[in-house]
Amino acid sequence: MTRFILARCGQAALVLLVMSFVIYSLIGLMPGDPIDVMIASNPGATPEVVAHLRAIYGLDQPILLRYAHWLAAALRGDFGYSRTHAQPVLTVLLPALLQTCKLMLTSFVVSVVLAFALGVWASLKPGGIADSAISLFAFAGISVPVFWLALVLILVFAVTLHVLPASGIGTVGDDGVTDQVRHLILPVTTLALANIGSFTRFIRAAMIETLRMDHIRTARAKGAGERRVVLVHALRNAMIPVVTVIALSFGGLFSGALITETMFAQPGMGKMIYDAILGNDFNLALTGLLFATLVTLLANLAADLAYGWLDPRIAL
Amino acid sequence: MGSLVVLLLLVLFVASAAPVAWWLSVDPYETDLLSQYAPPSAAHPLGTDDAGRDELVRLMLGGQISLLVGVLATAVGSVIGLTVGVISGYFGRRLDAVLMRFTDGMIALPLLPLLIVLGALDLTKLGFSGEFAHSAAAGFWRVVIIVALVDWTGIARLTRAATLALKDRDYVRSARASGGRPGYIMTAHVLPNVATPLIVAVTLTVGRVILFESVLSFLGFGIVAPTPSWGNMLNNAQELVTTAPALAIYPGLLIFITVIAVNFLGDGLQHAFDPRSER
Repeated sequence: MTRFILARCGQAALVLLVMSFVIYSLIGLMPGDPIDVMIASNPGATPEVVAHLRAIYGLDQPILLRYAHWLAAALRGDFGYSRTHAQPVLTVLLPALLQTCKLMLTSFVVSVVLAFALGVWASLKPGGIADSAISLFAFAGISVPVFWLALVLILVFAVTLHVLPASGIGTVGDDGVTDQVRHLILPVTTLALANIGSFTRFIRAAMIETLRMDHIRTARAKGAGERRVVLVHALRNAMIPVVTVIALSFGGLFSGALITETMFAQPGMGKMIYDAILGNDFNLALTGLLFATLVTLLANLAADLAYGWLDPRIAL
Repeated sequence: MGSLVVLLLLVLFVASAAPVAWWLSVDPYETDLLSQYAPPSAAHPLGTDDAGRDELVRLMLGGQISLLVGVLATAVGSVIGLTVGVISGYFGRRLDAVLMRFTDGMIALPLLPLLIVLGALDLTKLGFSGEFAHSAAAGFWRVVIIVALVDWTGIARLTRAATLALKDRDYVRSARASGGRPGYIMTAHVLPNVATPLIVAVTLTVGRVILFESVLSFLGFGIVAPTPSWGNMLNNAQELVTTAPALAIYPGLLIFITVIAVNFLGDGLQHAFDPRSER
């Protein structure tokens, strides 16, 4: 078990390292590098001056050397300065990360709970009315473009009905929990819907598969109530592949969170990365992307561990 | 099969962009700021957008672009995934381990941020000329390629699993024993038998890819104006919500209908091909 964890952690670290180099190079290819920004409105910036500036800041060195410098600093905990926020990158990133985690965790919990309820219900009578309705709803959920859904929700609930706020994380002057929850409702709904759709389909399929197995028939023959059969015997066995899928999708939540935060103007990490890329804030974009990769890798590691723990047939 | 009908109707809808434009005598690229947000009328059946361009024709044109990007990106991504999967499954051992580690690494990445970074690249820094880098064609192909680059992993895993299963079948082993070269065996024996799950996977990929493209274009990193695409027509949709809500709904609705039809088609194909899968 420990060997497995260590091996996977090592793999994750390797992926992170490779990704850091790839992202570093990619960001270097984006328009508007620091020197360009510096000389943008300066008529005295002749090519010699630009070359001199590049030499001073070390931007004319080969990419591996620049990357090595960045890596050395990063390993010391120094991720640089955010140009657009005029603060060290970590000071800006960590609160945003917290906000995004709030959004991601809430919608994750909501989508898992609802998907289990709907998926189990749909699997009880395959082909029935409930099943058809739920399947249709699940299909719609995975087919809808997230940003459009956000727009429609804003249109219906905020603009037309005026019951929920259209953006932000809290009203000025009101820091209460109710207000924060009200501001979270629409973003969480948007983010959760697509996941509810895909989880429901998986859970339904897994449950239908499990309910056909012999041990379920035995449990029913022995006189167990239907509720016990479904919830205790069937669900536990169906959970195994489902948990893997669910844990693996946690990383995908990040992409959804990016769109949702941008649509609802929430100061989370997704929006931060987006703004950083738009504003050519290299340090922030680079570190933000690496954090996002780290979160995804950790979620995948957790998925593997959960799978090994849940299924006693797999010896870790 | 209803989904097939819906898809055919959609293709018809987008293909008729040129004839409709000619019949209404409107130019989808000509801006007319004096008639912004005009309500539906005889001259403009769905009204005009924020620059005075006819909405209906732009929806059709945008559909052409969006669907084309969807199909092309899926094709390119599928070819990459197929190649990686079959090679990995057929040759096994070291090559398989390396390729699979690479694929797993790609799966572990947060997709959208990566797509955005790739979309924001400045092609002139890679050595392309400034003129080419800013042309519409470059923008179009850039979207196709970056979407294909991140979406091939599912197909790779699928084909690898199928190849591994097929590798030990008798007819494959006898082909190898008779001296068949790996290339021949892969194309003549492995590929046709991988076709079935592959078709389903490719169909479902098209839906996903269309969604990706629309998000990229919406954020401004995919297809850029003035070329219309369903995604970028929603670009300033947040303002539209208060001024002309209908305009914020049409493009997204069309994306939704397309993707749901494609998904239904893929699901239907899956049930048709695999009688064991439950209804």
